[in-house]
This record gives sequence, structure tokens and C-alpha cells, in this order.
Amino acid sequence: MKAKEIIAKRAAQEFKDGMVVNLGFGIPILAGNNIPEGVNVTLQSENGMLNFGATAPIGEDDPCMCSAGGAPIKELSGCSVFNLDTSFLIIRGGHVDLTMLGALEVDQMGNIANWAMPYGEGKWGPGMGGAMDLLAGAKSVLVTTTHTTKSGASKILKKCTLPLSAAGVVKTIVTELAFMEVRDEGLVLKEVAPGVTVEEVVAKTDADLIIPEKVGVMQF
Amino acid sequence: MAKIMDMKSAIGEYVKPGSTVMFGGFLGCNAPLRAIDEIVEEGIGELTAISAVNSFTNSDIGLLFDNKLIKKFIASHIGTNKVAVEQYKNGQIEMEYYPQGTLIEKIRCAGAGLGGVLTPTGVGTLVEEGKEKKVLDGKEYLLETALGADVAIIKGFKADKEGNILYKGTANSNPIMATAAKVTIAEVEEIVEVGEIPSCSVGTPGIFIDAICLGYEADKYRDAIREMCKSVGIYR
Repeated sequence: MKAKEIIAKRAAQEFKDGMVVNLGFGIPILAGNNIPEGVNVTLQSENGMLNFGATAPIGEDDPCMCSAGGAPIKELSGCSVFNLDTSFLIIRGGHVDLTMLGALEVDQMGNIANWAMPYGEGKWGPGMGGAMDLLAGAKSVLVTTTHTTKSGASKILKKCTLPLSAAGVVKTIVTELAFMEVRDEGLVLKEVAPGVTVEEVVAKTDADLIIPEKVGVMQF
Repeated sequence: MAKIMDMKSAIGEYVKPGSTVMFGGFLGCNAPLRAIDEIVEEGIGELTAISAVNSFTNSDIGLLFDNKLIKKFIASHIGTNKVAVEQYKNGQIEMEYYPQGTLIEKIRCAGAGLGGVLTPTGVGTLVEEGKEKKVLDGKEYLLETALGADVAIIKGFKADKEGNILYKGTANSNPIMATAAKVTIAEVEEIVEVGEIPSCSVGTPGIFIDAICLGYEADKYRDAIREMCKSVGIYR
């Protein structure tokens, strides 16, 4: 399996029946395509929709019904639309059970940086969009990210170096190598991906990992 | 009281060089495309634009960046539009970020007569710089103040002749922005008689609307979204 597929499939196992879920772009959307059978979740879109479906093909597209990514989308049974202030009331007010989103960096204290890369002196981008509200308000935050950057540097850090999106909110981190939980005592390695050793994860992780006696293997 | 105007007259009367303008819409969806085209046509520049998010390039409010009409952008995100990002990096435009939920609450405050709101969003980040903090029941909040504008330009589906607006689909920031500026211009696909929009379907009451302007026909909005989706790979 490719890295993104491993992350998406393992993250998808965290969907529980009845959850209201908001998915970020990229891998979280892929996870949404892998929701386990028998599990029903209600997807929320930050631009103001609950219970939306797939991208509507040309011919079935309504330019007034679009996702947060700009695509015209289909409605699922029970779909509702609402204004942007209501959408963020849902997000910030604790009415979203789980948000999955990507990160530039995440650290062992549960801090996450995913909005600001340097754009020049005192300038940052691309912007936080709805991510900061999700991080402040969702009951549980799961980060999906490749374990390292393209050049091999760990994205799982002792302490984030980029400007934070939120402090101490991340509960779970899923990478192509490992499934980790942020706890009061630190970052715990719960599972490794099939064929990956604990030593490899430790070698590729900047953060201090707590290694329990028994580390599981991701099951697909 | 709301009056029916052609778009050219409404933009000419209310949007001036240097104006602060709120634009409804979300990545082109339910965005006031005709009003934007008219601003471009007239070349009204030095604008401070307020929008929930940015557009993609070459569409929606992206045309304002392409034509160098923006002085300052206030939004939750800039990155979808490469032209805008380059202008920001080069110092041609100023950028002011707010988390999207904070931004929409600031706008709601302006419409609702509130001085501001207390939000947990952004605590512990760059967003809290220069802002007052309050601790309530042991939890930290930032004081975010009201944000109004000279003009709000919104997109509805239909308006009746008194300015009651019916929205279609995801209305996004339009209904909130409609309340928050000194003047509100409503771009709609159809203007109907009073009574044709059922009272329970009115998304924005006519008292908020100053100018009711006919926008484009429905096909044009559909084609604009299709073109945009093709340009970013959503449609082939």
C-alpha cells in the first residue's frame, strides 16, 4: 500500500457509528472513502452543510451546492444547509465529534502547526481557513500526516517550530509508519504499520516516544 | 428602502476607490460574479476586500487581484490564489487573517450591534497578538471586535421588489454580510413580485438591502463553477 492509503485506512478505523465528522483536504477525504461497513457518520462541511455526498458529475451539478473545496456536490439523505455562522457554531461549539486534518508539524504536547509557512518577513500563509475553529471546538482531533517530509525530516516533533494552529489539542496521530496517542504523560506509540519495526519508527521520529511493552500492528 | 438598480449604477454609486467591501461567496459558489465583473470593468481600485476565503485564480474575487484592484485583503485564507499570494509576498497587498469562524462572528457583531465576541479560537497562536484575553470558568478566550464595511455585495437566488432575499443551496457568508455594511447590494438571478417568496423562505429581510440588482442568468453561474472546477482539476 502507498503511504497515503495506509494513513487513510488506519484513520478510517477511528470513525464510530453516529459521529459528526469534519474532514480536511487530502488524506482525511481519502479516509472518508474508507468508512468501515456498518458505521454511519454525518459529514459536516465548513461552508455550511451536513450529510453531503460525492462530487456531482457535470450534468448533475448545482452551482449553488458546493463543498468547502469548491466542487459541486450531491446531497445525501437528511442533508441540510445553513449559513456560515451556524456552520462555525457547530464547529466551535463542540457539536463535531471528530475532526481529521493534515499538519505541517505536530508535536508530543499535542500542538499542531498547519496554517503558516514563511511568506517573507512577518508574513505567513496560506492561512488557517476553518482549521483553528475546528481545533478549538471539535471533541477529538486526529492528525493524518506522512511521518517525514520529502527530504526525510520528522514531522512528529518534540516542539513545533512553525506558528501553531492550536496548542495541546491533538489526541491521535496517524502516519504511514505509526499510530500514536497524545497523553498527559507524553506521546505513546500504540501501533506500527505492517512490516515496520518500533526501531524504525523511533529512528524517524524527533519526538520522545513512550514505547509500551506491547506495541500493536495496524490491521487492515 | 431597497430599490431596484442596474448593476452598473449600483456599483458606480456605492463602490468608490478605497472602499471597504465585503464579498459573499465561497470559492465561487453563490458569489456575486456580475458585481465583481462590473468593478473590474470600471477599474475601481485600492479596495479593502473582506471575504470568508479566497477564490481560485482567474475567477470570482480572483479577478480583483488579477486587475490589481485590491489594497488589503481580510480573510481566513489566501493560498488558493497564486496571484494574490505573489502580491502579498511582494508587498503589493496587505493581508489580515482571521480564523473563519472568528471572521464571520466579527461580521455578525457589526450587523448585530455588538462590540465583539469572546472566542477560544486562536488562543496560543499568532492570532492572539495584540488582543485582550479573558478567562471565564478557567478557560481562555480572545476578544474579537466587530468588523463592518462600507459596502456588502451579496448573492441571492431571487429578490422580491422590496428586497426580501431567497437563497439557494449553501448561502455561506451572504446572509451575515447582508446585515453588516453601511450599504448592501444584492445580486440575484431573478426579481419577483412581493409575495412570490413565501415569508418562511426569506433568508434576508428586505430592510437590510439597499440595491436589488439583476445578476447573470443561471447558466452563467453554472458555467463559471464548471470552468473553475476544470481549472483546478475537479472536473476534467
